[in-house]
Order: sequence, then structure tokens, then C-alpha cells
Amino acid sequence: MCETCGCGDPHVVSVEIAERILSVNDRDAAHNREHFTSRGVLAINLMGSPGSGKTAVLEATARAFAGRFRVAAIAGDLETERDAERLRLAGIPARAITTGSACHLDAAMVHHALHHDSLRDARLLFIENVGNLVCPAVYDLGQAFNVVALSVTEGEDKPLKYPVMFRKADLVLITKTDLLPYLDVRPDTIDEALGRAMPVPQSLHVSARSGDGMDRWFAWLETQLAARSGPRPDPAAGGHIHRRD
Amino acid sequence: MHEYSLMVALMERVEEEAAAHRALAVHRVRVRIGELSGVEPELLESAFAIARAGTICAGAALEVERVAARWACSSCQRPMDAGGRLQCAACGAPAALVAGDEILLGQVELEVP
Repeated sequence: MCETCGCGDPHVVSVEIAERILSVNDRDAAHNREHFTSRGVLAINLMGSPGSGKTAVLEATARAFAGRFRVAAIAGDLETERDAERLRLAGIPARAITTGSACHLDAAMVHHALHHDSLRDARLLFIENVGNLVCPAVYDLGQAFNVVALSVTEGEDKPLKYPVMFRKADLVLITKTDLLPYLDVRPDTIDEALGRAMPVPQSLHVSARSGDGMDRWFAWLETQLAARSGPRPDPAAGGHIHRRD
Repeated sequence: MHEYSLMVALMERVEEEAAAHRALAVHRVRVRIGELSGVEPELLESAFAIARAGTICAGAALEVERVAARWACSSCQRPMDAGGRLQCAACGAPAALVAGDEILLGQVELEVP
């Protein structure tokens, strides 16, 4: 009822909310992060354009770490299990998330995949996001690091054209450097562009095909793994509270 | 296009607020979208036009406040230009984004009994 004159007409009130629109995803991401922290898992959100070489980098990484660290992967694509199959052939457990038409993974999709047995024992978990330089940057998945694969065939100015993605990157892998002799692309110019998109520009120049530079990527991963202790003693395995299941 | 999935999250939150106030209708939804948030205001507006049909927001307007990106040095606080190098020319420290990554639901106007 109208409080001014008691006429019974509806009236309009303004309500302050001031909340992130993605607060539900943020909560799910925090929950995933708790999963990873309690189990001593290093989770890496690997993003990049379609065809930037994400899966090839992971195949080489899986082979290099075989028998040393337990590596697993979640691979997001609109359709098909192809990337997960490639990673299984490279010797690691991998789950596909087929998003249908969604252009990115969100924290709830990752959480669902995390409950699959084959991923439980991983120390290093790669979340290979949907190939896309825009949307995946918006969604926190609970990862420790964002790594972006940027192939030399994509040209020198992608960091300037897609600043949102590169601002969120902790490390950029400049991939397919074995193709440089055939291109008018200078990796230094890509690094210069990264300095305008990333507050702390960090890049490694790699070729998964020739193996060039991959040792520096493996060393980076080992440094991050060493910074994480193993799983916390946890009497009830997976004993955290699920708020939204 | 992730704006539609953002809109689904936005609509759920607005409907929850409307229910809590036993609102008859939603008149206005105000959001703040940063230039470096990765969200396109135009796409958000067209997603809203589709998503509001048949809901309590059917007659509502979406007001998008755009927030420009502002960078400053994380150490000496000196303002830094977007588009330039994101390492401070004076002290070398990395830039910090002061504003421009907002994806916020700010306010709703509800018609209440």
C-alpha cells in the first residue's frame, strides 16, 4: 500500500544489490580451489584460440612427465571427445566436457568432471578450455594459473586485440615456433605486445613438435609443483562440504 | 557469446530479489560493465531483450553503466595509460587495474504492493 496517502496503489522501490553477476560461478570456483588445495593439486586453466596448439603442448607434457608426476586433464570442446582421446593416447587420464553451444567452461562443469575417479589422484591437472580468445577469460574455474597458448601463425597483435584474455594470463606460451622460418612474424614483437596487455608479461617460446623451448615450460611447471606440498592429511577422502550438489 | 549465460545468472538473481520483496513487476535493472571485463554491453542488452519475455522483468529496462579502464602503478600509484606498456615508467612495477573489470548487478527498481 502507498505509504504517502494509503491509497492502495503499488509503488516503486529501488533496491541496492551491488553483487558480481557471476557470484554463483565465483562460489563454485572457490569450491574447486578448495578441492585442489586440500589435495595438493596444481590446476592450470589452459586457454587459447582454436588451433593454437593447446592439445599438442599437453601431449608433449604428458609424455615428458610420465612416471614422474601424475598428470590428468579435462578437455572442453563444443563437440567430440577427440582432445580427451588424444591425451589418453599420450598416457594420461582425460575427461571431455562437451559444452554443446557454450563457448567456455564454467566452474560447475569443472566441478562435475572433478568427481570422476580417473582424475582423483592427479598432482597436475590441466583444464584445457574451449578454443576461444574471449569468453573463457571471464569465468574463474578455481585454477592456480591461467596459461594462454598463442601460436606464431596467429600474428603479432593478438595481445592488443584481445586484452581481456592476456590481462588474465599468468604465462603465455608462444607456440609453433618451428614455423617461424615460413612466416613474417617476429616473436619479439609478440612479446612487446604482451607488455601492453599483461602487467607482468611472462612468455615462453616453444614448439611441441620440435621440442624447442619445451624444457623451460616443464621447468616452470616443476617450480609451481614444488611450491605446493602434497595432499593434506584427510581422513575422510574428499571430505569437504558440497553446498550445491 | 557468453553474454546470454551471464544474462541467465542475472535474471535468476533479479527474480530472487523480486520474490523476496513480493514485487509485482521489475521496472529497471542497473548493471555496471567494465571496458576490460570481457562483456559486450550491446550483446548483454540484446540478451536481456530475449530473456525478459514472459518473466517478471517483461516490462523492465536494462540500464548499462559502462566503466572505462583505469590503470595505475601497483607500487607508486602513478596513473598509467591504457594501451601503453603496463610496467611503470618511473619505478618499473607492474600496473594494477583500478577500474574497468566490473560485471556488477548494481540496483533493481521493483514495483511492490
